Amino acid sequence: MNTTELTVHELVEKLENNELTIKDITKAYVDRIAEKEPEVEAFATTLTSEAVEQAKSIQTKIDNGEITNKLAGIPIGIKDNICTKGIKTTCSSKMLENFVSPYDATVMEKINEENLINLGKLNMDEFAMGSSTENSAFKTTKNPWDLSKVPGGSSGGSAAAVAANMVPWALGSDTGGSIRQPASLCGVVGLKPTYGLVSRYGLVAFASSLDQIGPITKDVTDSAMLLNIIAGHDEKDTTSANISKKDYVKALMGNVKGLKIGVPKEFFGEGINEEVKKSILETVEKYKELGAEVEEFSLDIAKYSLAAYYIIACAEASSNLGRFDGIRYTYRSPNAKTLEEIFKKSRSEGFGAEVKRRIILGTYVLSAGYYDAYYKKAQKVRTMVMDEFNKGFEKYDLIITPTSPVTAFGIGEKSNNPLEMYLADICTVSINVAGLPAISIPCGVDSKGLPIGMQIIGKKFNEETILNAAYSIEKEIKFREKYKPEFIRES
Amino acid sequence: MAREDYEAVIGLEVHAELSTKTKIFCNCSTKFGGAPNTQVCPVCMGMPGALPVLNEKVVEYAVKAGLATNCTISKDSKNDRKNYFYPDTPRAYQISQFDKPLCEHGFIEIDTNNGKKKIRILRIHIEDDAGKLNHDDFSGDSLVDLNRAGVPLIEIVSEPDIASAEEADSYLKKLKSILEYIEVSDCKMEEGSYRADVNVSVHKKGEPLGTRTECKNMSSFRSIVREIEYEIERQIDLLESGEKVKQQTLRWDDVSGKTFAMRSKEEAQDYRYFPEPDLVAIKLSDEYIQNVKENLPELPESRKERYFNEYNMTEKEVGIITASKYLSDLFEAASEICGNRKAVSNWIISDISRILNEKEMEPSQIPFTAEHLAHMVQIIDKGIISSSIGKKVLEEMFENPREPEEIVKEKGWAQISDEGEIKKIVCEILEANPQSVADFKAGKDRALGFLVGQAMKATKGKANPQMLNKMFIEEMNK
Repeated sequence: MNTTELTVHELVEKLENNELTIKDITKAYVDRIAEKEPEVEAFATTLTSEAVEQAKSIQTKIDNGEITNKLAGIPIGIKDNICTKGIKTTCSSKMLENFVSPYDATVMEKINEENLINLGKLNMDEFAMGSSTENSAFKTTKNPWDLSKVPGGSSGGSAAAVAANMVPWALGSDTGGSIRQPASLCGVVGLKPTYGLVSRYGLVAFASSLDQIGPITKDVTDSAMLLNIIAGHDEKDTTSANISKKDYVKALMGNVKGLKIGVPKEFFGEGINEEVKKSILETVEKYKELGAEVEEFSLDIAKYSLAAYYIIACAEASSNLGRFDGIRYTYRSPNAKTLEEIFKKSRSEGFGAEVKRRIILGTYVLSAGYYDAYYKKAQKVRTMVMDEFNKGFEKYDLIITPTSPVTAFGIGEKSNNPLEMYLADICTVSINVAGLPAISIPCGVDSKGLPIGMQIIGKKFNEETILNAAYSIEKEIKFREKYKPEFIRES
Repeated sequence: MAREDYEAVIGLEVHAELSTKTKIFCNCSTKFGGAPNTQVCPVCMGMPGALPVLNEKVVEYAVKAGLATNCTISKDSKNDRKNYFYPDTPRAYQISQFDKPLCEHGFIEIDTNNGKKKIRILRIHIEDDAGKLNHDDFSGDSLVDLNRAGVPLIEIVSEPDIASAEEADSYLKKLKSILEYIEVSDCKMEEGSYRADVNVSVHKKGEPLGTRTECKNMSSFRSIVREIEYEIERQIDLLESGEKVKQQTLRWDDVSGKTFAMRSKEEAQDYRYFPEPDLVAIKLSDEYIQNVKENLPELPESRKERYFNEYNMTEKEVGIITASKYLSDLFEAASEICGNRKAVSNWIISDISRILNEKEMEPSQIPFTAEHLAHMVQIIDKGIISSSIGKKVLEEMFENPREPEEIVKEKGWAQISDEGEIKKIVCEILEANPQSVADFKAGKDRALGFLVGQAMKATKGKANPQMLNKMFIEEMNK
């Protein structure tokens, strides 16, 4: 097997057995990026020559005994909305095309403490707004399973890079499905942790009360390993939860006997592709065979969640993105003469259409006279959605739904229809609205050979249960053994 | 209709910078006067991804201010975003408080010509200050300095209980004194750390309130008084001539003594307030509030009472000294050192107050220490200098603060107390003024004063006046 096809835990094993060196691993990925990046276009910035240097210096430190942790020298890719000191953080926006952060995000400090090697910053929908990565100001990332299809979004670069073996794992961010939906469309594992489990310090904010950073990986074990690194209270983020640290790898018991799983029928209704539906329900049957108790129930929140989500997310975004005003580190219009023109023209020229649409929407819903009808009401709906989930979790340990209503769609297919694009998030947004953790794992492919993702939702701060359930079924599905993108088989 | 038929209603929104060592949402220093953009970090610069963390001291200071002004302290409060674009506001929103301020429904008592008056306080909330724009006249550029961005402020909003410029002045001074006493703000007006938005409206007695105008960011008592007086007159004139008062934001021009309307665009702001999602709610326990209350420093009212009862001071003395915590602390510290409370009090209410007035200085800007003042009183008491030389020493201490002994030595101001020298001077003066000697001998006591005055003049005030007195009498009675 090629080095780049291995999971991180497999790489670690090979390092421990001296079958591979850090330099070997880095070189394999650098070569892989050189070969495949021109086709996939997953990166906003590649750091391959820096990575080679870093691998050398880490190897020396390991040889000297200065570094002893087992993940030292493992490469990673970082979504381009996570601040990296001294390296561009563009959010795939013209607005931040030349922005170099003067500081590291808290998750980057943790990644650096582990001596992981950053292979590059990954493409995304501009400011994480979108479900196809077509809203990047710089490039359109392709789905490695079919280069004419989108990788999903907004963390499309992260999911595509992992699926194309250009990075062994990556960090994404998820505001309404931005980790899980691209993971689903690219046949990889994406975890959105509970709101507050991972520090948001240094994540360029889209919607502060919904954003979470999480891992995109080849399998569930890697997901647990990366979560171990990034989770934990941060004094710099007062919304991060002060709970004791857990070992998520230890939670992977591989046993689901007696586990109660609820399957909400509303998530399998109109708008959900038949093949997707069938694949998920078949997988649910497998849980039964493993000794879990599965029950259908009613959770009629999806359409309210989507409405509340777009109001809250856009309202917060309209305020969060105000700082990109042409004054300091952003794009400034060369046509601006007065202060007002600096604001207006820089923002008109620096932001893409989808970002402007959401800023306008958000500004509108917060305006005097409309606040109660929209924002306040959306917050009430939010409470209602939480209550409905809590009711479900009184009976069940987990809730299972599709991640995306459809498999990967064509590039350009939905990019002119924002409403249809918003429906791509119909199965994922309510989880952000409620602040819950959820994982997407690949559970099969459709008749076109495109991956289907299954979403497992858990109680707040109960990542262990969803990771264990995902791990247990992953062993049964054997997705990585059975299916590979055409793209990878060629090479 | 006569002017007496109108009533004015004045509302004041006071912004006071809190004197915490660090900013409200990050650990940067709040020190005034640093080189531009040297007291900044990703948080107060509003860098992408940076998040605020509320400084607990800010909450404590605001609660102190609330308790000292008889407010109810909210146990369940929160921060809100106030959105607007301006280059000195790096996040394009201020983090303030909208519908759940920390403190509500308080009051303070002010002195008016008709006795004491209660002015109610609507609310006190916390927020961050903006940066500063420096306009470079040479290049024509505007440069942003973010050192002040994130310095904590409290905004204190009065109810419309203030009816005149004098009352507004009295309210602002009293509030300032309270904030100084509880040590939550330096209230340095010259540094902009105590400033007010002034709302004025007029209406006929018995009729509903009139339309108000607002003048923002005023930081001089004198200008505020003038602005209010001008606005009241202007608005009454408008109404009298059948016109209407427009609700608008005005700019006060100190030179012409008039208000001018600002661009109407700036008034039509919609700040799109909403709860700050980056911060958790502020929850305070009863124990916390009780604890702050018990540790509140002495307030001006109780200090006044103490001076009356324990020090036997006059109402005028107490009033002047306790009006400023700085003066009052100076008084106590200097008295403690030199043991002559009466003398310290006299120096403060007469010469120190006069010099502050002349120099348009705040008491907190007094450059010398309590030790300096105490030592000055001591060397007068010891007869090393006279009181009149003391005045000169004091002036010098304002100019170039140092030990009074040093000043006296340097300037050669030490009192002449040598008997031989005094005798020599007395003889010279007697010789030069035979008429006065004759007058004295004829029983005119005033002549003695004249002669002593001449001697003082001749010695530039350095001769010991008691010795002069004694010696003149001795010599003339010989």
